[in-house]
Amino acid sequence: MRKVVRGFYSIAYSVKLCRPNVIAAYPITPQTEIVENLASMYANGELGECEYVTAESEFGAASILVGASAAGARTFTATCSQGLILMSEVLINAAGMRLPIVLVNTNRALSAPLSIWNDHQDSMILRDAGLMQIHVESNQEAHDMVPVAFKVAENHKVMLPFMINMDGYKLTHAYEPIDLLDQETIDEFLPSYDPPVYMTTKNPLTFGSYAPPQYYAEFRVVMQNAMDRARKELENAYKEWAEITGRDWGGHVVAENVEDAELVAIAMGSLTGMVRDVVSELRTQGKKVGLLKIRTLRPFPIEEVRKALKNAEKILVFERAVSFGHEGPVGMEVKSACFGLTPEFYSFAVGLGGRDIPREEIVKIIGNVYEGKVEQGFHFGTVKPFEEVIV
Amino acid sequence: MVMKITLGGVSKPHSSKNMKTGDWGTEYPVVDEEKCTACKACEYLCPDACIVVVEKDDKKVAVPDYEYCKGCGVCFSVCPADAIRMELKEIYKLEVC
Amino acid sequence: MVSILIEVRFHGRGGQGVVTAADILAVAGFKDGYYTLSFPTFGAEKRGTPVASFLRLSDKPIVSRDEIYYPDYVVVMDPTVIGPVKVEAGLKAEGRLIANYPKGSEDLKREMGWDFEVYTINATKMAMEHLGRPITNTAMVGAFVGATNVIKLESLLETIEEWFTNKELAEKNLKLVKEAYEYMRKVCGW
Ligand code: SF4
Ligand code: SF4
Repeated sequence: MRKVVRGFYSIAYSVKLCRPNVIAAYPITPQTEIVENLASMYANGELGECEYVTAESEFGAASILVGASAAGARTFTATCSQGLILMSEVLINAAGMRLPIVLVNTNRALSAPLSIWNDHQDSMILRDAGLMQIHVESNQEAHDMVPVAFKVAENHKVMLPFMINMDGYKLTHAYEPIDLLDQETIDEFLPSYDPPVYMTTKNPLTFGSYAPPQYYAEFRVVMQNAMDRARKELENAYKEWAEITGRDWGGHVVAENVEDAELVAIAMGSLTGMVRDVVSELRTQGKKVGLLKIRTLRPFPIEEVRKALKNAEKILVFERAVSFGHEGPVGMEVKSACFGLTPEFYSFAVGLGGRDIPREEIVKIIGNVYEGKVEQGFHFGTVKPFEEVIV
Repeated sequence: MVMKITLGGVSKPHSSKNMKTGDWGTEYPVVDEEKCTACKACEYLCPDACIVVVEKDDKKVAVPDYEYCKGCGVCFSVCPADAIRMELKEIYKLEVC
Repeated sequence: MVSILIEVRFHGRGGQGVVTAADILAVAGFKDGYYTLSFPTFGAEKRGTPVASFLRLSDKPIVSRDEIYYPDYVVVMDPTVIGPVKVEAGLKAEGRLIANYPKGSEDLKREMGWDFEVYTINATKMAMEHLGRPITNTAMVGAFVGATNVIKLESLLETIEEWFTNKELAEKNLKLVKEAYEYMRKVCGW
């Protein structure tokens, strides 16, 4: 059923169809209306066998889900920004405990200074947490990836938390036509959760027990192996999704016009559509440019990225976050995938703290890099002149 | 003029006073001083701290600060004495020429 | 093949339904077979703050999510934002500005020194008459459709009817939309 809905709703509706058992959340802009929608579905009795818990904080929400997931429940939450980093202590534990919690992160900048607007700084901070992470370009893709997330997280070969990153406001607040899934399709794609291990009051267990130096490293090897297996499992799930729904979002990456491209522009999230549009316009002008959309950030699709970039003379990454003291985080990943190749490398941090990224800015950056008008390395996008003062 | 970026995003108290938000609303609150019991419900709940109970002609009454009042109507909603009404601003009352 | 892309920017203040106006037209446009996208500027969500919202209509899926800098149409829902906010910024030369303004369009053009097409309607007065509240969004979507012809009146009316679950409110808004629409058709000489 195709309907014009707000981004929040497209997520909430998809979560509902996945038949979660426990949802625990704490409100934070621009995520709140996802769980508000779920809370009202719960209140209306539409969520079936589900408990909805309004937690006292994000830390509490994540902790509730750890307990619920350990008891064998299918669990969901949504958060962002300060909320995500408040959850981080628990989420990192959840990864080690191998609990398949699914969360939607509505990407938002981090304080200070206080910003409620969009960039990717929040999820990047959790890059090494042991969560699978994907970025979506549109609300339709976000809607479609919720069942995929549950399927892969709960796959016995994987058993790791899964975070879907969607740009706060740009997607969450956008109102657009969405093909809403139906229960049958989801039920066909997503079996009910069959926990490999779970506790009950009669069968109590400890999750994430004490591991002294003799044991700890092996647990980390096992986690890394699970992430490695997730690469294949996630790719299979993407494929199966495309077969069932006819909506093919591609694999871990989507490479367009890269074969003969002199310049490949790399984007993640809601900016991708516009970059694609600019790239195809430049193609019609005879410019040899291509696009690489990175969908999966963890496990990082190192082979796919390398393959897409093997012929590129110039690589240009649109960053939405900064690793202070180094450069943009996506650029670091991309460079590691390109080890041994020798393209020129450029990256631009754009749209920090929700600054709008006008099409003109993208056109200008790609044009300047293509024509060799900028130096290699890391840059900031549009920044106003300023002077540093003490108040 | 270039932007001034203060170290640490530090700002001094009362700098938000420069941001006069009084023209934002379509409506403004009017306090009926006869009915007002000076209970301070409006003062506590105004999101912008711009209605306060003050001493006026030997009586304590709530007085809105129209330079900052955004016309949200919270005071109107919470007043237990029905002492506040919201009025439409003049600019919205004009007739078609 | 030339594709259609119509870009509209709405200006007003928080609480006046600036976002809803764009949303209503996104649904109405969808009924007409367009791909649509509407979204707000993301300021502090308080009543009274100057806000804007955006609407794109196209015959192709909409991929650009940046704000609208070169609108085909500007809709101003609140007369008091004209001046403090540069509502006309980037309006295309052949574009139109449709304003809720208590005086005529010639007055507004003279006052602001504008030389593009401007149409005014006293939507606040109309809204007060029909709804008893100065919520001008439904009047202004009616005025927009009347002044531009980009969306069918029937699609808009159908959307309005679905939008308000309260029957009485739906009726009142339908009347308001029709009146604003008719008024604009007359003003535009259609
Ligand atoms: S209308 Fe709102 S802002 Fe104004 S005084 Fe009342 S509570 Fe404060
Ligand atoms: S809430 Fe009403 S009665 Fe109480 S101080 Fe305010 S205006 Fe007076």
